[in-house]
Amino acid sequence: MHVTGDREVCVGAGQCVFAAPDVFDQDEDEGLVLVLQEYPGEARRETVEEAADTCPSGAVRIG
Amino acid sequence: MEETITFPQVRTCPYRPPHGYTELTAQGPLHRVELYDGKLGWVVTRYAEARALLSDPRLSSNRTDPNFPLISSRGAAAREQPPAFIGMDPPEHGHYRRMTIPEFTVKRMNELRPKIEKITERAAEQLCTAGPSADLVVNYALPIPSLVICEVLGVPYSDHEFFEDASRRMMRSATAEGAGVARRELLEYLDSLVDAAIENPRPGLVSRLANGELARGELPRDYLTGIAVLLLVAGHETTANVITLGTLMLLEHPDQLAEFRANPDVVPGVVEELLRYTSVADTAGARVATADIDIAGQRIRAGEGVLIPNGPANFDPAMFPGPEEFDIHRDSRKHNTFGYGVHQCLGQNLARLELQIALPLLFERFPTLRLGTPATELRPRRADTIQGVDELIVTW
Ligand code: HEM
Ligand code: SF4
Repeated sequence: MHVTGDREVCVGAGQCVFAAPDVFDQDEDEGLVLVLQEYPGEARRETVEEAADTCPSGAVRIG
Repeated sequence: MEETITFPQVRTCPYRPPHGYTELTAQGPLHRVELYDGKLGWVVTRYAEARALLSDPRLSSNRTDPNFPLISSRGAAAREQPPAFIGMDPPEHGHYRRMTIPEFTVKRMNELRPKIEKITERAAEQLCTAGPSADLVVNYALPIPSLVICEVLGVPYSDHEFFEDASRRMMRSATAEGAGVARRELLEYLDSLVDAAIENPRPGLVSRLANGELARGELPRDYLTGIAVLLLVAGHETTANVITLGTLMLLEHPDQLAEFRANPDVVPGVVEELLRYTSVADTAGARVATADIDIAGQRIRAGEGVLIPNGPANFDPAMFPGPEEFDIHRDSRKHNTFGYGVHQCLGQNLARLELQIALPLLFERFPTLRLGTPATELRPRRADTIQGVDELIVTW
């Protein structure tokens, strides 16, 4: 599972950080999405899918 | 020609969306609607279509577009207001929204927690002094979000009283004139705060933008004060009404209240269910189509207004089975109360935090809290505004 966070479309709502705090963060300066683990492993699939699902801007993608 | 319906409808119960929407949701996702000014548009009453349209780039939030749908004559005044990103489209929208995001990250929310707790403690004292029978709205629900915004903007403590009073008058004045006066006072005040912050940088959003984007010429001064007022307007009545209606809902459901009191782990879930059920910003989702959109067997034409209320989506049985049931154990997190798409509420995590602090603290401080007016006598607010009650007398 490959996870990406598109900082161009992110609107900083932080839903991804709530859903999967070990995979996503927001950077200090801009508050936009940071992917902490690009390949989080199948064990994280449920929370990462939750993050992609709740992200309002479509910035979180699972490849 | 299909029959048209009127929108928005007045609530029968102040704490839940109009019963009239239930039938519309059952009939289909899109309905022709006639607005107060006689213009025709669409209202979207199912969850899936609401989310699809709220994230569709062919729908615009531009309030200066002459076709932007207005739900009442009051909305027309919004056209005169200084530009704020809630009424802009990408890419301009993102440019300005991004300037405010650093104040609203998950990390910043955690740092704000102790400050919000202190604000809430003081509001509880105010309520206590006003009692043993007092209005929850004026003494508790309104001051909390207003003082929290002071914190976010960086309004000095000595000005909190003025700020709270002026924001309450702006939101609650009986006359448009009174509200206008308060609004101008706030704008003037925020303008002076910009000057003060340039002279002496201080914590908070106003100072950060004044010494950053404004100083670099990337943000006009009236945009800065416009953003500050937007945050105040967007976060004040909304949060306050969830505190008020949330208290009412919990008092009306004693079993669930008992569990809420006994088990702090259920608090976040209770807050989400309250947000879903009360759907306070029911009329926030308004857009105008910039191109033809085919959806659910209908064609929305370019130039038509589209209303996407969050109440019907939150009561769509396909998404929330048995939606009429207030159930603190259901998974409500995907409610539409904060909207969806690029305009999804910037302050949602702040609102959640305020609610997760203010509701438990109220029931802890006032263990014998009960309604001073029977719930059946409470009257809903006008349909075209944030939903709630104007007064909630509680006793203890
Ligand atoms: C329970 C409380 C709240 C509710 C129900 C609520 C609801 C909403 C909704 C539905 C939208 C989307 C409007 C649209 O799609 O056009 C929105 C946007 C917004 N809200 Fe909230 N809100 C709440 C609290 C707050 C707070 C506390 C703040 C800030 C301090 C805030 C700031 C904003 C801003 C700035 C926007 C515009 C975002 C944009 O256009 O990108 N809100 N809110
Ligand atoms: S949920 Fe989406 S929009 Fe929000 S911070 Fe994460 S990536 Fe950005």
